[in-house]
Amino acid sequence: MSAKLEALSHNLQKHLGDRVKSLKIALGEVTIEVDAADYLSVMQTLRDEPELAFEELIDLCGIDYSVYANVPREGKRFAAVSHLLSIARNWRLRVRCFAPDDDFPSLPSVSSIWNSVNWFEREAFDLFGIVFPGHEDLRRILTDYGFVGHPFRKDFPISGYVEMRYDPEQQRVTYQPVTIEPREVTPRIVREATYGDVENA
Amino acid sequence: MPELRNFTLNFGPQHPAAHGVLRMVLELDGEVVMRADPHIGLLHRATEKLAENKTWIQSLPYMDRLDYVSMMCNEHAYCMAVEKLLQIEVPLRAQYIRVMFDEITRILNHLLWVGCHGLDVGAMTMVLYAFREREDLVDAYEAVSGARMHAAYYRPGGVYRDLPDSLPQYQESKWKSAAQIKPFNEARSGSLLDFLDDFVSRFPKLLDEYETLLTDNRIWKQRLVNVGIVSPERALQRGFSGPMLRGSGIAWDLRKKQPYEVYDRLDFDIPVGVTGDSYDRYLVRMEEMRQSNRIVKQCIDWLRQNPGPVMSDNHKVAPPDREAMKSNMEELIHHFKLCTEGIHVPEGEAYAAVEHPKGEFGIYLMSDGANKPYRLKIRAPGYVHLSAMDEMVRGHMLADVVTIIGSQDVVFGEIDR
Repeated sequence: MSAKLEALSHNLQKHLGDRVKSLKIALGEVTIEVDAADYLSVMQTLRDEPELAFEELIDLCGIDYSVYANVPREGKRFAAVSHLLSIARNWRLRVRCFAPDDDFPSLPSVSSIWNSVNWFEREAFDLFGIVFPGHEDLRRILTDYGFVGHPFRKDFPISGYVEMRYDPEQQRVTYQPVTIEPREVTPRIVREATYGDVENA
Repeated sequence: MPELRNFTLNFGPQHPAAHGVLRMVLELDGEVVMRADPHIGLLHRATEKLAENKTWIQSLPYMDRLDYVSMMCNEHAYCMAVEKLLQIEVPLRAQYIRVMFDEITRILNHLLWVGCHGLDVGAMTMVLYAFREREDLVDAYEAVSGARMHAAYYRPGGVYRDLPDSLPQYQESKWKSAAQIKPFNEARSGSLLDFLDDFVSRFPKLLDEYETLLTDNRIWKQRLVNVGIVSPERALQRGFSGPMLRGSGIAWDLRKKQPYEVYDRLDFDIPVGVTGDSYDRYLVRMEEMRQSNRIVKQCIDWLRQNPGPVMSDNHKVAPPDREAMKSNMEELIHHFKLCTEGIHVPEGEAYAAVEHPKGEFGIYLMSDGANKPYRLKIRAPGYVHLSAMDEMVRGHMLADVVTIIGSQDVVFGEIDR
């Protein structure tokens, strides 16, 4: 572990204390997990504390954990993961926050802390259905006008539910149920940890 | 007195200056923009969802189609993220080849940008000059990968193959005689490195030519200077990166600050703007082309002297060569497993970012140990820049909207994903 990551994790523990539920360092990256109740205050500290100085929010994305590792999920289903960058200190941080309610995932919006999150939160709402109270303008962004559903959820089929075509009789574009079936060429496989291990066979 | 209302104008999605399929709802008071609401997603293909249903290697060609004017840089971020999860080393020669093609890609991107931006703003000739030079560089793409745009050349573990020793030549035809094609074939008679060496020796002079056309041009300055000013504080708040951030005066470049591959061994400078207007961003990009040219030259010199492997020899990741595969049982098994099931990436998550011509292009990958990604998130620089559109155009004239779209250098392949 490099000195820089050590300094960062030390500063995180110093300024966030109990608000950090878990802190993990892997592959040269620091990940912290926070409770939804602390989310906003943690983000505020991360930006304003000069020893952390995360001036820039690089990315925020939703994640649906429902079929992780091909086994049914026991914990919470939806999370928002943000990537922060400090220009002054030249380090990065990943913050994960699980939405408390699976049926109505909701997390406070951080758009007042970093304006750049605006479209990222709209995207997470559009694709995963995570609601961000406090966001000024939470509309769909990438999908079609009038789209139904949240396409990046794992239970949403890859071919979707409706397709669009031009109807020559009505002389307009119409929607109809999809006529294609999803086809999987290479199945998704999660191997056990010892698979192909010659020594422990 | 009649009631006065603001005029709402639909800009795009088929407007030539919208750089693709941008639909923007502009609220105008006379000719002054009061509010801009970009509507994106007209090119949404759900690349990230498709990647969840494809093996790690199958989603690589999708990366080319994100930002379709800087193809190899997108692949680079994806390969780096996969390599980080796999914790494999890339051979040094492959790293140099990647850096060289990243910089070629940067020149390609900036040339297209200066051409089209010129076209939008009224400098019609620029695009012709820019495409003349792009032609040579896409030929280099073709020589290594067989494709002029969507190369799929970088692979997790290295690059697909080593640089070729010869290039395709122009052929004599009933339209062009042997004497006519001779000058075209002169630079192409040697290896790819000779061809690129010839290009980098010519290119700085050509850049000077472009600058004589634009930099002190009165019309160009009238259209660009003080248009779309972004202060450094606002640039950080809006998550800017790349030339947009450097144009605002913040010397931040991932190639210098968080060097990846061999950038720490190369000598180059980072141009920085002062006022943060469109003109500064133009100057920054022009200087970046000069610096890229320097980097390409250094890579050529290194690559000439140091032959070696260009792909990892870890056959759990990279396929073995054909000869070994056909004569050796072990290699045959590896080949079969790789081609049917694909790479198995250990459980974990990784974020890898490259200094893309447009800014920080990041790939966030999450693996649950399967032969397909669990989640792929593409952090596209243009997406963030375009989200600042409203703030940048407020109070400007309608014609300046075109300048600002151009100076943001947006491409909808990456924004809509």
